[in-house]
This record gives sequence, C-alpha cells and structure tokens, in this order.
Amino acid sequence: MSSSWWSEVQMGPPDPILGVSEAYKRDTNPKKINLGVGAYRDDQGKPYVLSCVRKAEAQIAAKKLDKEYLAIGGLGDFTKACAKLALGDDNEVIKSGRNITVQTISGTGSLRIGANFLSRFHTEARDVYLPKPSWGNHTPIFRDAGMQLKAYTYYDPKTCGFDFQGALNDISKIPEKSVIMLHACAHNPTGVDPRPEQWKEIADLVKKRNLLVFFDMAYQGFASGDIDRDAWAVRYFIEQGHNIVLSQSFAKNMGLYGERVGGFTVVCKDAEEAKRVESQLKILIRPIYSNPPMNGARIAATILNTPDLYKEWLGEVHGMANRIITMRELLVANLKKEGSTRNWKHVIDQIGMFCFTGLKPEQVERLTKEFSIYMTKDGRISMAGVTSGNVGYLAQGIHAVTK
Amino acid sequence: MPASRHFCQKVPQATPVAVFKLSNDFKEDPNPMKVNLGVGAYRTDEGQPWVLPVVKKVEKLIVADNRLNHEYLPILGLPEFRSSASKIALGEDSPAIQENRVGAVQCLGGTGALKMGAEFLRRWYNGNDNMKTPVYVSAPTWENHNSVFANAGFEDVRPYKYWDAEKRGLDLAGFLGDLETAPKHSIFVLHACAHNPTGTDPTHMEWTQVAEVMKRRKLFVFFDSAYQGFASGCLDKDAWAVRYFVTQGFEMFCAQSFSKNFGLYNERVGNLTIVARDADNVRRVLSQMEKIVRVTWSNPPSQGARLVAITLNTAELFAEWKDNVKTMADRVLLMRASLQAKLQALGTPGTWDHITQQIGMFSFTGLNPKQVEYMIKERSIYLMASGRINMCGLTTKNIDYVAKSIHETVVNVQ
Repeated sequence: MSSSWWSEVQMGPPDPILGVSEAYKRDTNPKKINLGVGAYRDDQGKPYVLSCVRKAEAQIAAKKLDKEYLAIGGLGDFTKACAKLALGDDNEVIKSGRNITVQTISGTGSLRIGANFLSRFHTEARDVYLPKPSWGNHTPIFRDAGMQLKAYTYYDPKTCGFDFQGALNDISKIPEKSVIMLHACAHNPTGVDPRPEQWKEIADLVKKRNLLVFFDMAYQGFASGDIDRDAWAVRYFIEQGHNIVLSQSFAKNMGLYGERVGGFTVVCKDAEEAKRVESQLKILIRPIYSNPPMNGARIAATILNTPDLYKEWLGEVHGMANRIITMRELLVANLKKEGSTRNWKHVIDQIGMFCFTGLKPEQVERLTKEFSIYMTKDGRISMAGVTSGNVGYLAQGIHAVTK
Repeated sequence: MPASRHFCQKVPQATPVAVFKLSNDFKEDPNPMKVNLGVGAYRTDEGQPWVLPVVKKVEKLIVADNRLNHEYLPILGLPEFRSSASKIALGEDSPAIQENRVGAVQCLGGTGALKMGAEFLRRWYNGNDNMKTPVYVSAPTWENHNSVFANAGFEDVRPYKYWDAEKRGLDLAGFLGDLETAPKHSIFVLHACAHNPTGTDPTHMEWTQVAEVMKRRKLFVFFDSAYQGFASGCLDKDAWAVRYFVTQGFEMFCAQSFSKNFGLYNERVGNLTIVARDADNVRRVLSQMEKIVRVTWSNPPSQGARLVAITLNTAELFAEWKDNVKTMADRVLLMRASLQAKLQALGTPGTWDHITQQIGMFSFTGLNPKQVEYMIKERSIYLMASGRINMCGLTTKNIDYVAKSIHETVVNVQ
C-alpha cells in the first residue's frame, strides 16, 4: 500500500453548531427535537419559505434575466437596499455616499471579508474584543484572518442577563484602537441585549476609548419584530460619530439561509475614502470567490425595492418574531406545570431566536442522550425549533435534568 | 478622533482588475462598430449572453417544486451535486470512484474551488502551514491564480515555462525542464483543457511526459478544469488529462467550474474534486476542508448546485445539456475556422494556423501590446494587452470587421 500525502492529516472535530444538526439527523427517536442551529421553523416544525420570497421568485422568473457575472462587489440594487435597511432610508451616511456596502456570502462571508480587511489595513491593533460569550464561529473567523481574540464581560450567569457594569469595566480597559465586536440585536447565543440607555453609555465609553466598532447584525427584524427598533443601536452609534463596520445577514429575516445573502459595510469619512476602501475590498474578494452568487441577492433586492413585497415582508418577520415570543411564554408555563421551582424569567426576558437556558454541559448531554433533545453544549436553544407540539416534551426534559 | 476615521485614511486606492476595466471601457465606447473580445463569457451569434435551454427548463422545475426550500446546505455542499460533478471530471466508471477514494467540496465557482484547495494545501501539505512550498503556475496563466495562492499564504508562487511566443505553441522542453528542477513536493497548477489564456494544450503524448516527471519528482498535481465540454464539445475528450493522471496513481485536486459549460456564471457553481490514496484519507481530508469552509463562507449557495445536480442526474436533461454544450463549442470552432480563413484570404502577414489549432474560448493572437492598443484605440476592438481574444465575442456579423482590422493592424503597426 503506497503512502499518502495526507497520512498526517488529523480527523477534524465536528462543528459545535452545525454538528448538532448532523447528529440530530442520525437520531431515530420519533420524539427528537432539534434546537441546535438557528433556523426558523413554523409551528409544525417545518422550514418556512416566506410568501414574499415566493412572490419575488415568481417575478424574477418572469423577467428572464441572464446569468452574467455580477460585479465583485455584488448586485447594486441589493447593496443599496441593504445599506438603507440597516441605516435608515434618509441616513446622512448614505446621502453623502460615505459608506461602501458590498454583497457577501451571508453573515459568515461578511465577517470574513471584514476580518481580512481589518487584518490588512487596521495595522495599529491586532486585537478583536468579543462579548463573553459570542457566536462560536466569530473566534475561528478572526483568528484565521490573523487577528487576536480577547473578550469583555457580557453575560451574567447569575441573572441570565446582561452584566452591564462588568461590560463597562472591561471595555474601559480595552487598549485604544482595538476592535470591539457588538451584536446589534438578539445577541447570539444569550438573547440578552442592552437597553437603549445602556447602549448610550457603551457608545460613550467606546468613543472615549477610541475603539473601532464592528457590528454584527444577523437578526434585524427578528429580535423585536420591528426593523427600525432592531437597528437602533447601529444607527445611534453612527449618529454619535462612530465610523463603524457592519455585517448583515438575510439568512434568518428573509429565510434565505442556503442562498447566502449578506452585506458588509464600512462607514467612511467621506465618499473619496469610501471609493478607496471599495477598491481594496474588491482585491480581497476576488481571490476567494471572484464575485458573489446572484439568486438570493436578487430575491432580497426585489423584496426590499418593491413596496407591497416589502410591506408583506415586514409582516412576515413580525409574525416569526411573535411566534418565538409565544413559544418563550409557553415554555415557561409548561416548566411551571411540570413543577419546576427554578426561576425561568430569563426565557421570556431574552430576545431573538436563541435562549441561553443556563443548563450546564452535563445537563445538555443528558437531554441529548436521554431525551433526543439537541442543542449546543453551552445550553443555547433555538426557540425557533420549539412548537406548540413539542414544548411539553421539551419542558419535561428540561425539568428532568434540572430538578 | 474615532479609531475608524483614522485607519481608513491610510487605505490606498487599488488598481482595478484589467479584464473588468476593459469591459468598462468597452461599455463607454460610443463607436457603433465596437467589438468586445475581452469578455470571458459565451455569446451567441447575436452577441448576446445565452441561458442554456436545459437550464431554463430545470429552473422552471425548481420554482414549481413546493417541496424545495432555502435551508442551509451541509458545509461541504449538496451531496448529489458533489458526487455527480466529480463523476463528470473523472468519468462514470472511474476506478478511483469505484475504490471509494474520491471526495468533493462544493465551492463558489472555480475560484472558490481553487481557494479551498490552496488553503488546505497550505495547512496540511508538505508539513503544517508550510508557506514556503513553491506553487508553480503556467507562464502565462489566468491572473487570479497568483492571487488565490498568495492569499492562501504561499510565499513562493512562480511561473513554469509554457507558452513559446516565437513558435506560438507549447514550450514543452521548457515545461519539462521546470518540472525537473522544481523543488520536490512543489505544487503545479495544470490547466485540464482549453488553457487560459493561450488556448494551447499539451497533446496526449506530451501529458504523459509531464505525468512521468511529476510522479518521479513527487510534485503535487492541482488541475484547474474550467472548460470541460467547452473545448472540444465532448466532455470525455476534455477530461482526458485529468483521467490519465488518475490512472497513473496520483493523489490530486481538481478545481471544477460550471460557470462556462452550464452558463451559470453568476450562481457560483464549482466543485473541488479530491482523489486520495483511500477512503480513510478522503474522510480526514474532508473533515479538515469543513473547518476551512466554516471560516470562509460556512456553507455554499444552493440554487446553482441544485440546478446542476438535477441536470446531471436526470437522463434526458443530461443528454440535453451535453447537446447545449456542443452547440457552444461548435460555434466557437466555426468562428475559429472563419477567422483563420479570412486572414488567409486577406494575405495578412504571418501564419494564422494557431487560431484553429488552439482550443476553447480563448486565442492568443500573437498581437503585441502596441498592436493591441491600436486595435482598441483606432478600431474599438477590445482585447487583453496579452493579445488574448475571446472567440465568443466574434459573430458572423462582426468577423469581417475584426479580420480586416487585424490585417490593418499587423500591416501598419510593428
């Protein structure tokens, strides 16, 4: 048997988040529940293709468009609408042309381009400060791009809420010019967001510390059900003079997961700077995938730019957010019914797709092994995977491992 | 002053990518006779983009199928796409596939497949994170090859002799010579067929010589296959080199693009086919590929892969696709024959046999930079500074103008 180039290649461990779904798929228990990946499900536990998406697809099909390469920075109709959605229609940044927004491969692709851009051009500081905890994939993305990862206090396990003072204390010590990552809304994995007054203090402190703000907004519309409310922090920071960088995803709020629709924005000093930055973003994108995929961006652009589709979309996002809020309430009610005496208030206070249950890794393991309930081992559950049909069983399982 | 105001101040303006600047200049040219021979995409005889009839058919099927949704694909992509795409490259009855030692990663176009392969090699080939392993790309080559490997971390990307400008053909001796002197374990990026930009491919005999040296000197085989079917009109013929190397026992990568042969340019459909010693090696390699995918794009786009998978896995659609591919290849062959005939009829100085001997979308005309500039400025005929033309930009309506212009240029500009 001849040798292989790859004999020393180790077996990589399964992805902590996506690996959960793959384990779930292999499970034959009919009662199994997948609360792993953050993909929305309807109350029958089925994937939900938005009605406005189907309508947009029909409109696009009728147009008989060609399949020519997009520009490196993506579909113009999409990137313009993407920026407007985040910053607001009449934002001064957009009017003065001092933002550059490129189409990216959903949120991950956006973060990666951003990380590469900072790594190449933000040479004064190598450190990216993530909230503790943060989305599991943030760390490997920035590390692979050559940045160093640090953390600031964010989640308080005692209250299952925001450790505001802890965050301020840590942020006040962050060296100048470092990059600070902020989740714009519906923090992943905790579901814990700062209140507006708290955001104001954070914005102030971040300015004093002269930090570069990187907003990750993957859930606009999904948190409160209101697009503008969910973008409030992003807009406030810009108003306060922070020239932020911003990642957006349309995976969840338009249900376009597999189409990979996202945007990366750099807010610059002026239009001239934006042009220079744009030219460099293209240089970064070209050797990765040349230019982005059309299908999802075309769908998103059609929805954002067609008034009645846009209206319908707002309604559907609101509907998805509401179902999740209802599930939160149902879960707590069922836990009480099971006889749980623990404080589950955080399940209702937390916002967005995820709930940080407070379950420990051993409890999570038991839930998976004994009940076929799948979640990430940090105790994060995707509320989108909860239905009126399975919430009872879920409550049973959680109560069993926590009583 | 906020940090972000400061750091962007120093960001310099980058020079635009040449081929896109050319397209832009063409767009802005008011001359009604203008011809774009720079574009890297197929055009019909009316000079229009062509959505393949089979693609239109399958798109309708997809839209009508309510069982389909927009959920995430697995990290490595759509399984039925990956396996059918690899079969296209390696052949239905490939021994490597039968021996279960082929894996694949769905990627964003051919570029994405090259990127994934490059990132993997940098991390795991010839040691761990060995940035010093030389990567050889042909002289000349698709310009993005250099950037893909450099950005993956390789510090030593160098040319191997390939194009002989004087004889307008393959510099075989130079090519073999570079293979003989390359440091052991060097990576070589080989064009599977329809070499971009020269259109000049090694003959079967010449490929066997290349393979012999690569095997003896333990060089890594990385095929770039962006034109399978497009070159000769026949999928199997265009895959001969890739399949030959497999029979020679190489472990190798093959980056496949479905941009041209499916006309799916903007859907970013690509596949990195991995041929390894055995199934266990494939398994471990794929597990590490997942890690790289996850920090780059998490999982690939669904639409294009779905389309290709349905087509390749449905007998009548597969037949229709092969026919559509042949239509495109045949039109290119017709334009080649036409252009050569016209230049000969005009008595244009020099030999023009290379136009019909070269294969695929591109032709290296042999025009020098001054002549190219003349063509662009005086005749509004846009081509790359290297003298590369895209045969697809030629039509029965503009070919006389182009032939006469080439003639005039060669006669008046040295």
